[in-house]
Amino acid sequence: MTPRRHLLAVSDLGADDIAEILRVSDAFVEVGQRAIPKVPALRGRTVVTLFAEQSTRTRLSFETAAKRLSADVLSFGLETSSVKKGESLRDTVETVAALGVDAFVVRHTAAGAPAAVARWVDASVVNAGDGWHEHPTQALLDCYTIRQVLAERAGEPLEKVGTESFVGLRVAVVGDVRHSRVARSLIWATAALGANVTLVAPGSLLPPSLEGWPVVGVTHDFDAVLDDVDICYLLRLQSERGTGAYLPSVREYAASYGLNARRAARLAEGALVMHPGPMNRGVEIADEVAGLPQSVVLRQVANGVAVRMAVLFMLLGSGGAGDLGVSVPAAGG
Amino acid sequence: MAERERRLAPPRGGVFVPRVQVLSAQDVQRALTRIAHEIVERNRGLDDIVLVGLQTGGVPLAYRIARVLEEVEGTTVPVGLLDVAFYRDDIGIRPVLPEAVTDIPGDLAGNLVVLVDDVLFTGRTVRAALNALADYGRARAVQLAVMVDRGHRELPIRPDYVGKNMPTRIDEQVDVSLEGVVLGDVVAR
Repeated sequence: MTPRRHLLAVSDLGADDIAEILRVSDAFVEVGQRAIPKVPALRGRTVVTLFAEQSTRTRLSFETAAKRLSADVLSFGLETSSVKKGESLRDTVETVAALGVDAFVVRHTAAGAPAAVARWVDASVVNAGDGWHEHPTQALLDCYTIRQVLAERAGEPLEKVGTESFVGLRVAVVGDVRHSRVARSLIWATAALGANVTLVAPGSLLPPSLEGWPVVGVTHDFDAVLDDVDICYLLRLQSERGTGAYLPSVREYAASYGLNARRAARLAEGALVMHPGPMNRGVEIADEVAGLPQSVVLRQVANGVAVRMAVLFMLLGSGGAGDLGVSVPAAGG
Repeated sequence: MAERERRLAPPRGGVFVPRVQVLSAQDVQRALTRIAHEIVERNRGLDDIVLVGLQTGGVPLAYRIARVLEEVEGTTVPVGLLDVAFYRDDIGIRPVLPEAVTDIPGDLAGNLVVLVDDVLFTGRTVRAALNALADYGRARAVQLAVMVDRGHRELPIRPDYVGKNMPTRIDEQVDVSLEGVVLGDVVAR
């Protein structure tokens, strides 16, 4: 049996892998602009979205991506499944796999759940966010959006712009780094492409250890870095993961780490404001800042479909050409 | 996608070893000039004609034909670019990835499309291209121009305009560019 390929973590990918995913995404952006934005590439394949945690954009984005590739989509929420009756995740997943599934898109509150699913079933697995671990497609669509904006500014056609423009790019990741899988994936992705990543957060919202993290700096003073930032990436304050206990008050957090109009005005010219959504307006991002032209939040969402089409196509459709990340043997484990 | 890129693509590809130069750069230019004249003659002008070059081998040929048409008829013919990767019938069987951009000028409904590719071999690329074109509107008609027809068709597809009919062995390789046509072999790396 040929090993199935998965996308479990950005930290498994090299700069070349990321660049290739972004390149293939260009072709799917073109598909999205057509009158009929659909191609027959994955006809007859079945993609299951298995979400054990709330999600609007990621789930809809993956399902749109799969449908635009002509795959059949089964949508599966653990809340409404037999897991509620006490069935284990493994039994549930194996039951679904027995229907004949080519790919699982997995979101789970537990870090490592997608990797476990990858060991249990003979299907490709895409991590759609696992606990505090990683959210690789979010980081890829963020990189795609950055490259798209840089290409537009340079007046170059997108296909001519590789990922060289990331080298030396100053990225500030602001906010709840501790609980953020988006931050982990983004840091790995941009650093792999050569960007200089700085973390901006109160000590309580930084991970216990930064050993091995590819970051050039850590600061508690947002105002001090505003002038030296090309990408200002704001993280969502994750109250459902207990962020509140790490902070004296949300108001104090917003005052110190929120991007308000005053701080936005101090950002370097041409700096981009990004946010993975959903936004807590008035906390990490002020209402009036979210609407500024340098904010590319809606573009991030729009690009998500094309990037996820590229990932699904490269995993399921390319017969070995687009190798993504690690191959986990499909033996029971 | 040109046969050449597909066969040479990693991980299974090899190295192209040229054996015989079949057409010179000048021969290719003459063939393209003839094809351009045939397009005008057959369609009694250039009304509604759109050239679509298949990525990547057909694209420079399509631009060259458009240039000749402009010189001959004084009409600028739109040139579209098409990568058929997402329409291939061997997705999942062998490495298939888009090679280059797709850029079709507007809706093709009512237009006469001339597909341009470098080599016609099994016909499967052209089949994929026909399906792809259908997603851009219902063309009035589709014609096919190729620099080399090397035989070995696996589908009922025939070209309307041919630079050179060239019988080949199935394991040979044909390399087409504006610099000429070369017959050779692919040798494992």
